[in-house]
Amino acid sequence: MTNEEILAQIREAFPTAVLDVPSDMIDYTIVLAADQLLPVCRFLHDEIGMDYITDVTAVDYPEYFEVVYHLYSISKNQGMLTLKVRLEDKENPAIDSVTPLWPGANLMECEVYDLMGIRFEGHPGLRRIMLWDGFPGHPLRKDFENRTFTFKELEPTRPQPPNW
Amino acid sequence: MLKTQTITVNMGPQHPSTHGVFRMILTLDGETIVDLKPMFGYLHRGIEKMSEGRTYLQAVPLTDRLDYVCSMTNNFAYAVAVEKLAGIEVPERAEYIRVIMAELTRLVNHMMAIGFLFNDLGAFYTPVLYAYRERERHLDLFEMASGSRMMCNYIRPGGVSGDLPEGFLPALQKVIDINKKFVDEVDYFLSKNEIFLIRAVGVGVLPRQEAIRYSVSGPVLRASGVQYDIRKADSYSIYDRFDFDVPVQQEGDVYARYQQRLQEMRQSIRILEQAQKQLPDGPVMAKVAPRLKPPKGESYARIEAPKGELGFYLVSDGSNNPYRFHVRSTSLINLSALREMCIGFKVADVVTILGSIDITLADVDR
Repeated sequence: MTNEEILAQIREAFPTAVLDVPSDMIDYTIVLAADQLLPVCRFLHDEIGMDYITDVTAVDYPEYFEVVYHLYSISKNQGMLTLKVRLEDKENPAIDSVTPLWPGANLMECEVYDLMGIRFEGHPGLRRIMLWDGFPGHPLRKDFENRTFTFKELEPTRPQPPNW
Repeated sequence: MLKTQTITVNMGPQHPSTHGVFRMILTLDGETIVDLKPMFGYLHRGIEKMSEGRTYLQAVPLTDRLDYVCSMTNNFAYAVAVEKLAGIEVPERAEYIRVIMAELTRLVNHMMAIGFLFNDLGAFYTPVLYAYRERERHLDLFEMASGSRMMCNYIRPGGVSGDLPEGFLPALQKVIDINKKFVDEVDYFLSKNEIFLIRAVGVGVLPRQEAIRYSVSGPVLRASGVQYDIRKADSYSIYDRFDFDVPVQQEGDVYARYQQRLQEMRQSIRILEQAQKQLPDGPVMAKVAPRLKPPKGESYARIEAPKGELGFYLVSDGSNNPYRFHVRSTSLINLSALREMCIGFKVADVVTILGSIDITLADVDR
């Protein structure tokens, strides 16, 4: 089925979930409400058959964080659908995790948590994978300086070995 | 009942078989693996953040260093993404040159993957050196075209950076002929090797449904019975003009992945022969401003890199620099399935299974 038919089915099942379908995008994008993400994703996974998630990423805009999901279906040979969720709270952004539905999203969400600071509720084991636990800040945010950090600055934040 | 206890073993970042600085924390019950926790990040260089301070053209050398074995296909993926975002048309000759370079890279990668798989099994370095001998011929071709053996920086948004020199096409023909014999030689010597069969058949099985759920891509996915190749399913560049098959294996074990890579090498040689015959004349670069300013928007474009699906998600705000530069890395996502594949096998099998997924840490960590 085409992306428009999928949109119609989502609108029928979840009347309040779809916030926006921008018309000038290169890829077909659906913007969802943040609290309805997991039910819509479950609907897409079970009913429509979107069984492959290829990317979970996040973008830092001045007013909100935007978490972007790229899905497609291998069994039905369906083209790519992009879902977006906007998180207004920039201090403690949090969203439901889609890892229970698509286990492949596990490491992708860990990376988004690590580099952007967005927590995923319901994730089995959210941890910082690229950087270490004591790293000051989340690098991909726009308020993190884009420069080289010296060894002397970062060494105190590294986990110290235990003093046997 | 005996009261037993599991032990935790660290296969640390420094290890001859871990394909880079990759650390695994194994929980063992005797010698059988009960749990596996992969830890990486030792090679994190912040390529995504660095690219936000550079222009679109300056980010091309950064993409070279993502998966350093296949730098041409990384450049290709980035060029396809920028062209989709900015709406640039690529001239015909450049498209054919790109396909030739991409298929040569696929051959290089699969040769190295097979060689290093045998290295991990214990055939210390003999298959690797035969693979390296053939790889040298490919690297000579890359050096002829782009000026550099590995970090080529050749395929740029809009086309290719320079035309092929005069001696390239005869050398390419010679490489194609030698490769045909080499693939048959590898098949003859390695496919029926008794030690390999005992150690690889039935090891690290990834069933079809799990492969789709864990979002693996590339040869690992196709060796588990899913016939999905982006060159056919979501065709980019000019791959719809070539006649090639998509091999698929059903078992999903280490042996199946080895066979998959071997068959893909044969298909790559077919594409190379067709591309070389059909190569037209013409310009090799479109009229693209060096300080490219794509219109405001975003797009996700993906290609079939030798290791899997490599995608770039680019967000542009109308200025010189990308607002967001995200790499959908093949090796990171293929690692999601590592734990699933290793549970129940022995420690020695972990090394084999990791070798058969074929990761490059530079792509995992970026």
